[in-house]
Amino acid sequence: MNELSLHILDAMENSLEAGATRIELTIEEDLAADRLTITIVDNGRGMDEETVAKVLDPFFTTRQTRHVGLGLPLFAAAAERCNGTLTVESQPGQGTRARATFQHSHIDRAPLGNMKSTLLGVLLAQRAVDLHYVHRVEGRGFEFDTAEIRKELGGIPLSHPKVRPWLAEFIAEGEQWAQQPGESPPTVRE
Amino acid sequence: MPRLKTIEDLRRIREEAQKEIRVRLETGTTITVGMGTCGIAAGARETMHAILEELAKREIEAHVTTTGCIGMCSKEPLVDIEQAGKPRITYGNVHPDMVPRIIEEHLVKGNVVEEWVFGRIAR
Repeated sequence: MNELSLHILDAMENSLEAGATRIELTIEEDLAADRLTITIVDNGRGMDEETVAKVLDPFFTTRQTRHVGLGLPLFAAAAERCNGTLTVESQPGQGTRARATFQHSHIDRAPLGNMKSTLLGVLLAQRAVDLHYVHRVEGRGFEFDTAEIRKELGGIPLSHPKVRPWLAEFIAEGEQWAQQPGESPPTVRE
Repeated sequence: MPRLKTIEDLRRIREEAQKEIRVRLETGTTITVGMGTCGIAAGARETMHAILEELAKREIEAHVTTTGCIGMCSKEPLVDIEQAGKPRITYGNVHPDMVPRIIEEHLVKGNVVEEWVFGRIAR
């Protein structure tokens, strides 16, 4: 995969498959420490210790349709070749936390890529999930929570034709702000 | 650039959407995009956005959702179209430039695009 945002989409799809109704995604770019950290936390069904121990094995999967599970091993390989790691923690019934770290300046680090497309891919597919998203660069962040947006919308879905373009532009502006911070990021808070 | 994306915009959108009476083409359709690792690597994210864009452009109501790998990785991106009373059709290797034709032929005109069909489940 040529963008980290595709690995993130893949990991969030895992969360949806695990029945998550809430995902917390944090991207932290610490340029002084030369670190990029991506953390995905969900409230899905979680995994037992034995399963967690195998999730980075490409020849392990819980699916019946095929015999390989490449998503997390590929994410781990992307992190490890950039002096980073992927760690997965989980508790049955509690959810899962995946954390990937990268050397920010590493020549092999893929770009973050199209986060707008990744976020919309999750939010506009008609699944009942809320997302808390934070993209922080040097301590300043763009952040939103779809639970707050849904509350304002009062039952109108995120995929509504009037909401969808707003959401797309909101995320695009936020991501642009995260890369080149101006006065204040877009927000749906008072 | 003026910052337009505020809570006031969101409230205005809610009011407009609540007042709006739209005449939209109701298809009772569910479109499922394969979004497993294999699908994502093959370009399913872009395919899904092309579908959402085309539906919005044509004002077609359809449920769009995603699923994981179904074991046919070489045919990803897979797009499955289900309509009440009709066979369930799965298109294989669907790239964004194929989407307008699938929407036009299958959803609008009711004709399956036979040369791109990978699987079919009769009702």
